Amino acid sequence: MTEVLAKPLPVGPYDRRGNSWWGVMCLIATEGSLFAYLLFSYYYFDFQLPSSWRPDEHPKFLLSAPDSVILLISSVFVWLGERAIKRGNRAGASLGLFSGAALGIIFILVQFKEWADKHFTPGSSPYGSIYFTTTGFHMAHVTAGVIALLFVGVWNQLGYFDRERHAAIANAAIYWHFVDAVWVTIFFTFYITPYLW
Amino acid sequence: MTATGLERTPEIKKVTPELARHMEELWKTKPGLFGFLGTTDHKKIGIRYLVTAFAFLVAGGIEALVMRVQLAQPNEHLVGPAAYNQLYSTHGMTMIFLYALPILSGFSNYLWPLLFGARDMAFPRMNALSYWIFLASGVFMYVGVAMGAGPNDGWFNYVPYASLPYNPGLNEDFYSLGMIFYGVSTTVGAVNFVVTFLKMRAPGMSVNRVPIFTWGTLTASVANLLVVPCVSLAFLMLWLERQFGFHFFDPGAGGQPILWQHLFWMFGHPWVYAIVLPAIGMVSDGLPVFCRRPIVGYTVVSLATVATMILGFGVWVHHMFADGLPSLALSFFSGASIIIVVPSAVSVIAWTATIWTGRPVITTAFLFFASMIVLFVIGGVSGFMTGSVPVDWQLTDTYFVVAHIHYVLIGINLFPVVGGIYFWFPKFTGRLLDERLGRWNFWTMFIGFNLGFLPMHLSGLLGMPRRIYTYPAGMGWGWVNMVTSIGGFLFAIGVALLLVNIVISLRRGQVAGPNPWDAPTLEWSVSSPPPSYNFAVIPKVESRHPLWEDRLEEIEGHTRVAEGPVLDHSKEALTTTILDADPDLIMKMPEDNVAPFILTCAMSLGFTGLLVHLWWMAAAGGVLSLVSLAVWLWPSRRLAQVSGAPL
Repeated sequence: MTEVLAKPLPVGPYDRRGNSWWGVMCLIATEGSLFAYLLFSYYYFDFQLPSSWRPDEHPKFLLSAPDSVILLISSVFVWLGERAIKRGNRAGASLGLFSGAALGIIFILVQFKEWADKHFTPGSSPYGSIYFTTTGFHMAHVTAGVIALLFVGVWNQLGYFDRERHAAIANAAIYWHFVDAVWVTIFFTFYITPYLW
Repeated sequence: MTATGLERTPEIKKVTPELARHMEELWKTKPGLFGFLGTTDHKKIGIRYLVTAFAFLVAGGIEALVMRVQLAQPNEHLVGPAAYNQLYSTHGMTMIFLYALPILSGFSNYLWPLLFGARDMAFPRMNALSYWIFLASGVFMYVGVAMGAGPNDGWFNYVPYASLPYNPGLNEDFYSLGMIFYGVSTTVGAVNFVVTFLKMRAPGMSVNRVPIFTWGTLTASVANLLVVPCVSLAFLMLWLERQFGFHFFDPGAGGQPILWQHLFWMFGHPWVYAIVLPAIGMVSDGLPVFCRRPIVGYTVVSLATVATMILGFGVWVHHMFADGLPSLALSFFSGASIIIVVPSAVSVIAWTATIWTGRPVITTAFLFFASMIVLFVIGGVSGFMTGSVPVDWQLTDTYFVVAHIHYVLIGINLFPVVGGIYFWFPKFTGRLLDERLGRWNFWTMFIGFNLGFLPMHLSGLLGMPRRIYTYPAGMGWGWVNMVTSIGGFLFAIGVALLLVNIVISLRRGQVAGPNPWDAPTLEWSVSSPPPSYNFAVIPKVESRHPLWEDRLEEIEGHTRVAEGPVLDHSKEALTTTILDADPDLIMKMPEDNVAPFILTCAMSLGFTGLLVHLWWMAAAGGVLSLVSLAVWLWPSRRLAQVSGAPL
């Protein structure tokens, strides 16, 4: 028994091991549910109402497709950043994190352009309401993710993290990947399904 | 030997008075205002939850009594229809949101680390945060009530009556924003329970050795993570529609009123289970202590808890049988609502068998726990009945449903809670509640409750609709309502007797000692009340009943609480692996911290700004929240979050 308890144990959060990682997993579960309910509401309208509830013109891919690619690429940068700190490469980590944040900001700016180009407003129809609410929620999450990436990037520059101690980077990164994955479901729902039925 | 350079081998020591003093120095809450606002001690937070939730129970009870005076006879005019709408809505909001879950969070917060052999919850500061937000959101909604702008459309808040054209006051805005605010508290608390269950159990406490109460709270917390966003979203949609002309629910613009009902009940029905499963778990742990034997069927009762919750996700449409939905949908949800009886019946049989095969010691706590079985069966049968679509069409929106919900919520939440107070009060305070007064307390509540709510089934069958503020003479409802009102007041006297007992026993109650009931679980291995650090050394658990190991034949190992890893370099705790609870990490635990309190103040400012359309105030609240979060999360050397931190 003594040998079970008297063995060397890491002190404090170490790599992904630590309570905060599981806390972020719970956060992702609850935020993921939020988006599931938003999409449920979209599909509820879609099934209950005639197809004329959507604008006549299907959503266009001109901006939205490249913007989606930008967001997905940002995840690659963040992943590279996390990999760099695991190898003790502080500069590489900062580069990955800040690049991810920068691409996230570009995504948000393009989204604002996309919003401005729409011929409807949140108040013009249920479609406008659910479109702006869902994409607005997503942009709020991207913004939260950008802030998180900037914070962990700055902390990294301050020399807080190394090969073993980087739970905050791991947490921000997994949250960022989640925000990107959610966008795929939103993009599929709002931009692709209108072409399918 | 240290592969990473971050490792330390815990010292194994015996518990000595010097060690206890040292731990007390490390763990005690700081004195003064800072300690009051900044404490992260789960026991203090638990007591705050219990006291606050009980205060809301009293408020909701007074609202109920006013309604019972109003309905005692035909044509009463104590309150008018508008005031009555606010009364029953506020009563529902208070009991279901501000009492029923927070009281269970109070028990869980206080007891979980003690049951697990841990020194605190996984996230002590988030624990403080969830309490402060619960308090702030409750105050927020009650400010509305005090201004005559309480909710006035039922706790379920159906559109279109909740929509702006029909409800132009601030009532629905207070309720919408208040519920979104409150949802943050529930979510933060749920995250904490889930991670605490996964990571904070003492070495050896594998998942088949935890008390069933913790299965209940865990299951409820997972459910809350998945469904609270649904109601928060629904209330946000309602608020956007009311304030900014969005169209989600108004049929005139193509909105879908039924969407509100779906979103509300996809949350609402799992929530109903969330506010009973932990209480059911308290019975599963408490009742066997007074039967002097382990519970019959630990594994099936634990699985029944989880199964109830999983099925509970698929029954929400039984609140909407009268909506005119397709019959295929009705059949599915009716079937699910009836099947969910099975796991409940498993638990009922297990408890009955535990009493049957045990040697019951009749204490007040036993009476409350055992009576819950009876009330559960009555409430379950009326729920089973209304799970059938034709029966529901006959009974929906009548007092039959009111009787059902009260048997379920009072029977399976309040009775176990009061039993839990009799059971754990000595642990909380070091003194036993008075048993003689306890008997009066129990029988007054039990008789009053059944006198009040059993006849409600009848008034429902006689056709009395819910939510009416009065009724004419000659309907044949007068005498039933009079009996109900008398029962309601008797029940209230019973609850008052509990408060009297608490006040008297706090001063003069018999001194309890560590384990007055000779109970088997770890919370009874420490002094009453427990020291701030809970366990001076980390226990090593060898069975489901650590304190009964000498007398239970099938148990071979011996749980150790007097000698073990000390972890006394600072406030430290041990985390373990998820299934087997093998030691995993030494965690540095946070000191008292006022960031949760300040964050709550900032959020209160933000929500107030949204309510009164002062956008600068809302923005200031948002920015302040971000700043307090940044300060809170800034990597700390002391918590070993920074490279090169001392071990």
